[in-house]
Amino acid sequence: MDYFLELFFGGLTRGSIYALIALGYTMVYGIIELINFAHGEIYMIGAFTALIVASALALTGMTGWSLLVLAALVAIVYSAAYGFTMEKVAYKPLRNAPRLSPLISAIGMSIFLQNYVLLAQTSDFLSFPSLIEEFSFMEEVTYMRSTELVIFVTTALATALLTLYIKFTKTGKAMRAVAQDKTMAMLLGINVNRVISVTFIIGSALAAVGGVLISSHIGQINFYIGFIAGIKAFTAAVLGGIGSIPGAVLGGMILGWTESFATGYVSSDYEDVFAFGLLVFILIFRPAGLLGKSTSQKV
Amino acid sequence: MVDRVKTFMRTAGRETAKSALAALWFMFLTFPIVVIKVNSLEGTIEWRWMRLVTIGVGVFVFSFLWRYLMARREQGSDGERSLQKRIAERFRSDRRVSVTAITALSLFALVFPFIGPIQNLLSESLGLHFFVQFSGYQTSIMISALIYVMLGLGLNIVVGLAGLLDLGYVAFYAVGAYFYALMNHHFGLGFWAALPMAGLLAATFGVILGFPVLRLRGDYLAIVTLGFGEIIRLILQNWNDFSFGPSGIANISRPGTFGLDLTIQGNTIYLYYIMLALVLFTILMVNRLRDSRIGRAWIALREDEIACQAMGIDKTRTKLLAFAMGATWAGLAGCIFAAKTTFINPESFTFMESAMILSIVVLGGMGSVVGVMVGAFFIILVPEYLRAFSEYRMLAFGACMVLIMVFRPQGIIGSARKTYMFKREPAAQEEEERDAASA
Repeated sequence: MDYFLELFFGGLTRGSIYALIALGYTMVYGIIELINFAHGEIYMIGAFTALIVASALALTGMTGWSLLVLAALVAIVYSAAYGFTMEKVAYKPLRNAPRLSPLISAIGMSIFLQNYVLLAQTSDFLSFPSLIEEFSFMEEVTYMRSTELVIFVTTALATALLTLYIKFTKTGKAMRAVAQDKTMAMLLGINVNRVISVTFIIGSALAAVGGVLISSHIGQINFYIGFIAGIKAFTAAVLGGIGSIPGAVLGGMILGWTESFATGYVSSDYEDVFAFGLLVFILIFRPAGLLGKSTSQKV
Repeated sequence: MVDRVKTFMRTAGRETAKSALAALWFMFLTFPIVVIKVNSLEGTIEWRWMRLVTIGVGVFVFSFLWRYLMARREQGSDGERSLQKRIAERFRSDRRVSVTAITALSLFALVFPFIGPIQNLLSESLGLHFFVQFSGYQTSIMISALIYVMLGLGLNIVVGLAGLLDLGYVAFYAVGAYFYALMNHHFGLGFWAALPMAGLLAATFGVILGFPVLRLRGDYLAIVTLGFGEIIRLILQNWNDFSFGPSGIANISRPGTFGLDLTIQGNTIYLYYIMLALVLFTILMVNRLRDSRIGRAWIALREDEIACQAMGIDKTRTKLLAFAMGATWAGLAGCIFAAKTTFINPESFTFMESAMILSIVVLGGMGSVVGVMVGAFFIILVPEYLRAFSEYRMLAFGACMVLIMVFRPQGIIGSARKTYMFKREPAAQEEEERDAASA
């Protein structure tokens, strides 16, 4: 039973991270219908910024929660700035371009950012300081680590905040309006460019949170982590129904559990095969994802 | 006069301020990753301020260029398009131009592998020096480029004509390569026997992938094809008894030469001609396919699925045919790839490869054969010849991809849509132009 619980919580942790990244994918897709392949790189840049800040501050003798919070804040600010700039440089000029052009632009951006970090820092794996301290009340629990608890709680909080933001604030309302109909939103006086920027900023900030948390959980990062995480998160977003926020979280969790149980009970070699197999299987029966609305086509 | 100077000064000031702002922003952006390098083991921090200065100056200069090009793009790239149109027009109207161009190109392609030896001969006898010294290495790169032309043309059927976004195209390439490698390893099957079979097998895989994704649209299709590609790669990587796992298969036979014995260099040249012939065959086939009944059905399907079905086109059959036809070329290309490198392992068939092939199609110009060829040469040759800047080459490559898309979203060579015109009237011509722009 302990083994099962361990896998369960391991899957939950993975799923939380996938969900955090998938939220960015889903929001961007919902608004400009772009698969932002460079989103994974934002997550990687968040992790790197946090690593640099944390290890620099650690030299000054800082430790514990304050270090974590400070490093995470800097990472969030920087990731958001990168996301914002990326949209302005690579996607905004392509608003009215053929559908596949922004996709190629995104792939180019992804290659660029990977090599940028590779050149500026290193191609080796860097060890990430474990910023999250062990809780004393978790000592007796054998199947779950404190970091996993932190990751799960943070994800839940972030998702709840995001949902509230989109539901109740003015910008959130504007976002939903733009997602529904860009031209109409513009006619009603919504600054569409601003809304898109805000979307990129929020999505990138969430990815940075995911990057910091998972890096301090796993303990090492390199320039390539964003690519794999990005593909997985994209899978999660599609699994849940792209464009839907609860869908992204659900998709992330299902993907995390699938991988965790496949690794635990079958073989770690085939975890990705199970993940993608599940995706294909679900999409055959629900072509718009689990929580996606299958819009009927107008004729 | 004074007014004009004043306006000029004001504009110049504003532009400089904008550039300075951009430079400051990018300096802020790149600060932690570029400047700080922490060595945790020794407990030291290396501050690399010079890099920040370089970035600041670079962005400052580049920002002017960016805004200038943007402004030109905003003004409407009328001049540029008319130039491209003029060239296209000239090709169409004057047969001599196109015949000359095609003859020159095919001559160059034919003598390409012998440029190196000719250069050697000339420099030995006449003491000439050449800017670029050609060798077997160049021929080898050119074979790769031609393989990618073939892959691009194949994917063009699926993405460009039928409008199905396929991110797992490399799976079929892998199927072709592994089919030949395994058959050759276990049964000693020759290249020429394996080639058509690899194509057929890949087509079968195309249909196998096609069936479950028939109902999916757009990006759902993209992720499922991506997943399919990854599944194939992971199976090849982990099923050791079947595929020899990550260590791959070595000593794959080169193409049979019907009894002739060739040196390694001779073999490369031989392969080059095989590839050239196959690419020509592909171009011929793709052109014929595009203008055929089924090709028209693909284009109709891409434009509007429902209208297309209402016109009596069998959606299932058309889509499956697109997947199968696209996959066939990938299978053939995979077979040649295995014969060229004589060693394959799953590392050659990652998602990045699919992304590259897709970039070839989109960068060059979707739906256009010439565009795909230009795209393939760009994607393969640019990183090869940028090796001089070794470590910066992928950085530059990524930036190039973004820049080309930003300034030429329709691809380097956009495809002109076939339009039937009753009479050449200015209005009709305008319409055609608009169609070409929107396609």
